[in-house]
Amino acid sequence: MVFSKKHILGLGELSAEEIKVILDTAESMKEISTRDVKKVPTLKGRTVVNLFFEPSTRTRASFEIAEKRLSADVLNFSVSQSSVVKGESLLDTARNFEAMGASIMVIRHGMSGAPFVLAREIGASVINAGDGSHEHPSQALIDIFTIREKKGRVEGLNVLIVGDILNSRVARSNIFGLRKLGANVRIAGPATIVPEYFSEMGAEIFYSLEHAIDNVDVVIMLRVQSERKTLEYFPSLREYSGLYGLTREKLKLAKKDAIVMHPGPINRGVELTSEIADDPGAVILEQVANGIAVRMAMIYLVALGESL
Amino acid sequence: MATKKKILPLENRTESFFSSIIDNIPSDRLDSLVVIGIKTRGEYLGKRLVERISERTGIDVTFGTIDITLYRDDFENRKNWPRLRRTSIPDDVQGKNIILVDDVLYTGRTVRAAINSIMDYGRPASVKLAVLVDRGGRELPVQADYVGISIETLDDEMVKVYLGEVDGREEIEIIQKDGV
Repeated sequence: MVFSKKHILGLGELSAEEIKVILDTAESMKEISTRDVKKVPTLKGRTVVNLFFEPSTRTRASFEIAEKRLSADVLNFSVSQSSVVKGESLLDTARNFEAMGASIMVIRHGMSGAPFVLAREIGASVINAGDGSHEHPSQALIDIFTIREKKGRVEGLNVLIVGDILNSRVARSNIFGLRKLGANVRIAGPATIVPEYFSEMGAEIFYSLEHAIDNVDVVIMLRVQSERKTLEYFPSLREYSGLYGLTREKLKLAKKDAIVMHPGPINRGVELTSEIADDPGAVILEQVANGIAVRMAMIYLVALGESL
Repeated sequence: MATKKKILPLENRTESFFSSIIDNIPSDRLDSLVVIGIKTRGEYLGKRLVERISERTGIDVTFGTIDITLYRDDFENRKNWPRLRRTSIPDDVQGKNIILVDDVLYTGRTVRAAINSIMDYGRPASVKLAVLVDRGGRELPVQADYVGISIETLDDEMVKVYLGEVDGREEIEIIQKDGV
């Protein structure tokens, strides 16, 4: 059996071997996007629902393209135009889509754990597209896929994650996945949003970006999430940007061939300077392109596991 | 489960299989020829064919490989699908003459999937099918243009081809499963 999971809820749930199967499958999927006809018939006749209870442009679009490239029928649900505003619960909404024949549900929800509840209560396969400040597995898999593609390996690399670790689901998923695949993970940011308990997940904690960036292979800059009140944890955006914003000078302290990643959307001049964002070492747009292949792999693999 | 095995050594049969293909390629088609091997054993046979063509004609024909998993027609059996491998079909199949290579031809479903896959890359001028072993038992109207060896088999028999590059030996194995 290739993949024995019916759901992909988080990297905390997956073994190193399962993560590798997803990455290898994504490598094969990437080729499809280079073809004249960017579509395979694999999921013809299956219905996938994208349940987005939080605003999202690129993640939803990326999942939708991935689903369509596998020939699935796609239904999009976003809160603003839905019966949730009429008071319907998450489970009732999901059960309705299930009754319409949806066999895979991709869910983003502001509440940590929402996809787990869904996976327990309904028969369809569930993919977590971001739950509260818990996990964002597809983004971390994209980051790890991009690292592996650029560096040829993950094991033994020094990877630094900078910013709002406390509220970041991208950071949590990345720490889980990178540690499982044998990378050394460092995290850096103001003490208020870089809690010490992250060392239990195997991350090394820094409060100075200059110290943290020394000799790293990969820098992942997290977005300052105004919707998750990141701004309340430090005095001013200017101070944050001065201390933790990535500039060319600070990047010089990393390895010469270090790559810079960002899950998007970028706040230019805050997390990183425009100069860095447009630098050849920045692989931010490649992350976006890889996102389609990785999400195709995730959907394909849960579809294989769906009958379990 | 007890199994009965029959072994047929390949010896020089692969070479005469390649010769019969090359003898039949019109020389004016060599330039537009593309060899595509179906993974995994067809890939190795396809590579050998490309080498033989180069040795005999001095022309290096384009080579590609195909994994048909995403084009399978047995979604209900997906638990047993193999791990996905990479397809690498040359950029432009439009107007090309393709020789599709596989080790064993049985139901014809793999070939159907491979043809559908190739069509997603463009419209080739022609597609010919070359198989080392034709074991009969077709479920779709598919016939090979070049066959190395034809053998009679029963439905409960499995035919496996072993090749030096991957298996370290060159033979055909016919396995009969008891009680299937």
